[in-house]
Amino acid sequence: MHYAIRTMQLALNWYLSLSAILFVIGVLGVLVRRNAIVIFLSIELMLNAANLALVAFSQTFADVNGQVLVFFVMSVAAAEAAVGLAIIIALFRNKETVNVDEISLFRG
Amino acid sequence: MSTSVLLILLLPLALSAFNGLMGLFVPAYRKNEWLIGGLGTLAVAIPFALTVRLFLGFHGEPEVASYFTWIAAGDLRIEFAYRIDQLSLVMTLIVTGVGALIHLYSIGYMHGDSGYWRFFPYLNLFIFAMLNLVLAENLLVLFLGWEGVGLCSYLLIGFWYTDLKNSAAANKAFIVNRIGDFAFLLALFIIFAVVTEKTDGAFGFDFTTLLAPETLGLFGAGTLMAVALLFFVGATGKSAQIPLFVWLPDAMAGPTPVSALIHAATMVTSGLYLLARLSPMVLMAPTAMTIIAIVGAMTAIMAATIAITQNDIKRVLAYSTVSQLGYMFLAAGVGAYFVAIFHVMTHAFFKACLFLGSGSVIHGMHEVQHELEHKGLLGSHGATIEDDPLKTVDLPYDGDFDAQDMRTMGGLKRFMPVTRWTFLIATLAIAGIPPLAGFFSKDEILFKAFELGYNGQIWGYIVWIVGVATAVLTAIYMTRAYLLTFEGTPRWPDAMDSQPHESPWTMTVPLVVLAALSVVGGFVGLPAVLGGSKIHHFLVHDGRGPVAAPHHELHVPVSIEWGLLFLGMAIAAAGVLFAWFVIRWGSRGPEADTSIRRFFGPLYGTFSRKYSVDELYQKVIVNPVVNGARRVFAPFDQNAVDGAVNGVAKLVQDIALRLRGVQTGVVQHYALAFVFGVAVVLALMLLR
Repeated sequence: MHYAIRTMQLALNWYLSLSAILFVIGVLGVLVRRNAIVIFLSIELMLNAANLALVAFSQTFADVNGQVLVFFVMSVAAAEAAVGLAIIIALFRNKETVNVDEISLFRG
Repeated sequence: MSTSVLLILLLPLALSAFNGLMGLFVPAYRKNEWLIGGLGTLAVAIPFALTVRLFLGFHGEPEVASYFTWIAAGDLRIEFAYRIDQLSLVMTLIVTGVGALIHLYSIGYMHGDSGYWRFFPYLNLFIFAMLNLVLAENLLVLFLGWEGVGLCSYLLIGFWYTDLKNSAAANKAFIVNRIGDFAFLLALFIIFAVVTEKTDGAFGFDFTTLLAPETLGLFGAGTLMAVALLFFVGATGKSAQIPLFVWLPDAMAGPTPVSALIHAATMVTSGLYLLARLSPMVLMAPTAMTIIAIVGAMTAIMAATIAITQNDIKRVLAYSTVSQLGYMFLAAGVGAYFVAIFHVMTHAFFKACLFLGSGSVIHGMHEVQHELEHKGLLGSHGATIEDDPLKTVDLPYDGDFDAQDMRTMGGLKRFMPVTRWTFLIATLAIAGIPPLAGFFSKDEILFKAFELGYNGQIWGYIVWIVGVATAVLTAIYMTRAYLLTFEGTPRWPDAMDSQPHESPWTMTVPLVVLAALSVVGGFVGLPAVLGGSKIHHFLVHDGRGPVAAPHHELHVPVSIEWGLLFLGMAIAAAGVLFAWFVIRWGSRGPEADTSIRRFFGPLYGTFSRKYSVDELYQKVIVNPVVNGARRVFAPFDQNAVDGAVNGVAKLVQDIALRLRGVQTGVVQHYALAFVFGVAVVLALMLLR
């Protein structure tokens, strides 16, 4: 039993590390990429990194709440994808570009 | 009794509100002149009838009707209470009686005026305020009325407010009165401080407590004098005495019934009423009394000398009012408060009659003016036409046709017999021809001044001499006004064809009644040698009445009293005869002024410039205040106040200008800020 917990914690660390790496990649993608679609993909990456962490914890601690939460995140992400893509399409129609650094309408 | 008092007070208020609100919200109602005027008149006539009933049922003991507690705060406890006693009854009779007549007169006088529907509510509101003033049982309710009449005076002086001149006159009256009201308030504060400091329990300024000997004993001599003088300053504002008399002549800008009601018969006498009401207190401050008498005498003679030089009929009457008010203060100052109230009464009769008579004359002259305008001899508003020699009219003076200028009048007795006879009776009454009302009241005032001198107070003789001189002048200038207006030949242009007519009955009936009262009104105050003064017994009531009287050691011998009586007759007759037959204003017209001018020499210029008091005030008070405001307050306002407001705006703007760089509009910059924020929060949580 003691051994089993140790093994699971070991596995959890790997999952969490992967999750962190994915998240950081997402953050950097949002910060440095100019293409709105890529930024959007990066955001999805961050969301799924979080999902991965949730599922990992859920498995480790035998608590189903984490998995339930993942479903919520996924459904919100689906809605967000719809809205976000619509914004990008509208943007492209108006500005003929999806490069976010070319769009700074709210500059003070 | 308390129901009657309530009705007397609330009828004018209720009908004022009714007429005013109906006129304001129902434009069609404004055309019902007879309804508005009738209701307005009834609102005063019914209270008059009720007052007469109260008067007949009065048994000599003051009655107080208290309705509710108005203010209760700490030691201050003001009841909303009214008082029926000899003094308030006399004043209420004058206010409602003369007031009702003047309301009736206004129905005719204001006929056709576009502001007709506003006029009666204002007048009724005035009556309500004035009744509050004279019926009040405590000084606070009195002050309420005091301010109320001031407001109504302001509203009615500026009644024709589209003319800037009238608005300026209204402002002047209101502002000058503020000075007096301030003194009144100071007196109230002093009384409150003294009484509450030295006694336990609540104090409500009620006359019963305030004028009781125990309460008056609490005051030191100096404090009492200060209080008496402050009340007197308050009275000089309302009753147009030196130094605050300047507003009253300008107040003639209002309609003539207003001049008669407010600025001759009632409101301006409220200062006298105040002193008479507080007479037990004022009598205990002899220095204040001396000052009151001297100021009254100075005002009397000063205004009389100005009146003799004026050509505007209403201005003559205005200065005459100031002069007569000076007489009343003279009486109050020598301790003869009951005579002052007696003169208030007779003056209300004959001066209201004179003012209404002048209104009737002005009414007639307006008719002439309209006819001349209609014939094209005058431009609109009486402007003289200069470029067309055929239409040029000759006026006895430069400028436009003025329906109030006596120089354009003359010979009106043919056209307006009722106005003429009533005006003549009132003129003789104010001049002091026996047995008309003015003779008795004026003679009694002079006698009381003489009596004071006889008892060793030399200044009594001085004010007596001034009073006698004023009496001569009064007879002269009033006869002048009568002669210039009614005698001789018409002096207005085109007098053969353009003629005035007698006024309608609504205007002549009040004239006749007031003239009758000017004849018989004096008999309630016969001098002692002729049987004694009823009004004296009524008001003083052997020391138990509301009006106090001083005790004199020496009685003037009956022979001297007779002598003074005949002297009074002689000077009045001399003044009238002098004006009539020596100067001959009737036949010579305004040219006769040159005789008077020669008689007074350089002084005449001073009189006709009205002693340059207005100019002096302008130079000494108004200009320094305006300049000081311009130099001190305007910079303060522009720099400090505006500076603070603008400074805040500038500060916000500066900060915003520096911060606007943060707002790049690039989404990734914001995201970076997010990340940093998250990093900081995480760091804080982990490193804590």
